[in-house]
Amino acid sequence: MNTDIFNVQTKIGKPWKKPPFVQSNLLRWVLITGFVIYLIAAYMTIDVNWSRVYEGLERGKKFVLAFTNPDFTSRSSDIWEGMIESILMTVASSVVGILISIPIALGAARNVSPLPVYLICRGIIAISRALQEIIVAILLVAIFGFGPLAGFLTLSFATIGFLSKLLAEDIESMDKVQAEAIKASGAKWTQWINYGVQPQVMPRLIGLSIYRVDINFRESAILGLVGAGGIGATLNTAFDRYEYDTAAAILLIIIVIVMALEYLSGIVRARVQ
Amino acid sequence: MLEIKQLVKKYHTGDLALNGVDLKVEKGQVMALIGPSGAGKSTLIRCVNRLEKATSGEIWLNGENIVKMRSGKLRRARRNMGMIFQEYALVERLTVMENVLSGRLGYVGFWRSFLRKFPQSDINAAFGLLEKVGLDTMVNKRADELSGGQRQRVGIARALIQKPDILLVDEPTASLDPKTSRQIMRLICELCRERELAAIINIHDVALAQMFVQRVVGLRFGAVQFDGPPEGLTPDVLTMIYGEEDWEATIESVDDEDDLVTL
Repeated sequence: MNTDIFNVQTKIGKPWKKPPFVQSNLLRWVLITGFVIYLIAAYMTIDVNWSRVYEGLERGKKFVLAFTNPDFTSRSSDIWEGMIESILMTVASSVVGILISIPIALGAARNVSPLPVYLICRGIIAISRALQEIIVAILLVAIFGFGPLAGFLTLSFATIGFLSKLLAEDIESMDKVQAEAIKASGAKWTQWINYGVQPQVMPRLIGLSIYRVDINFRESAILGLVGAGGIGATLNTAFDRYEYDTAAAILLIIIVIVMALEYLSGIVRARVQ
Repeated sequence: MLEIKQLVKKYHTGDLALNGVDLKVEKGQVMALIGPSGAGKSTLIRCVNRLEKATSGEIWLNGENIVKMRSGKLRRARRNMGMIFQEYALVERLTVMENVLSGRLGYVGFWRSFLRKFPQSDINAAFGLLEKVGLDTMVNKRADELSGGQRQRVGIARALIQKPDILLVDEPTASLDPKTSRQIMRLICELCRERELAAIINIHDVALAQMFVQRVVGLRFGAVQFDGPPEGLTPDVLTMIYGEEDWEATIESVDDEDDLVTL
């Protein structure tokens, strides 16, 4: 095994190179060229119908031009209603989703929960993450009918998968020693969580929650497309009627609100350090 | 008061950290536990508090075997053991006061602790201890704003507010400068004397241990190699505990430091 004994004398005067990740030269080059060939082949299969693009450009131009002349007024009551509904959906689903996420996150963190609880909570998270929002919304619209209730439930459900997973990962990577010190004083499990774990993960929980509010608002605009209420429904109607100016107004409002949320989350996160 | 019988700890990895340790600590006795890294010093005191579960053996504290305890009883037993940690182990994002009061968690219910409504007697005790360790002006500072020495003082206050019978101290000075190290060791030993507390202090710094304690136990490969007064630490004994090395300098520096203290 150890035939080539390491001898510094033979290495001196020679350049040094970091050992490559893939040891075998042949295998390394096969992998690289194979990947490049695949990429080229993949791009070649995408066929572009240039005449269709040319026609589409005209439509795109109309759409973009509508932004220079957005119409807030002629459908203002629809926009207003849709907006109120979206905000309601966002706030309600975020609060419910976050409240449910916290215990699930604790259950899904291996360092604070026993194995059976861990597996159940990880299962819930996996289900929530595997089902895309739109699919859940279509299902819930089928069950509860058109309207914001379906949207609210969809977003709550989606929030659980997102927040629990990321919070659980933060709990798992917490500083064990700090938590141990609390345990060593004879604290109960609940007190241990409250004193040893919660302070460590609080900044992350707040940051993620605000981010999720942001996501839920944007999603609420999409969910309307499948009938789950909110501003998305208004937006969909505007597109269906080729009222690009109204659609532009709605999109502008969404952009402004998302930017405002972004700004707000920046301020809050800077304060909770 | 604390009696350890044939304590064995084997980790999942197969490492035998403790190999049949017998040890007895009387009320009010401050004992230093020395030994090379990996000798099992930390494991020993973590087994006493049962942050680590012993593989076999017995640990008797006030007539009860900690190794065999169920969780409710263990919590009550833990209240009698104050722990002080190497890297302070304060909850960084809590205030100094919350950190100190967390030592009372074993005595108050969840809602009281959750709402931070501790009994007045606990609050008085916390203020008293913070004054004692010289941090009475830092009450509402967050723990991560403090210096190393200050943090360790908070750690000491947190351990003492438990009103323990024994202190388990894991490398209290390992991350501190020499001067602060002495101050912290002196503080721990003074408080132990004042309150008739027993203490097991894990410590790397042999000279520092010799300055402050009445009894030294040397651990090597998870077994007791030496048990006696600090004067008994001759070069031969140190070689037995740590392995071959020139010990004259260490012992000489002890003499120097003794002079400093008496000055």
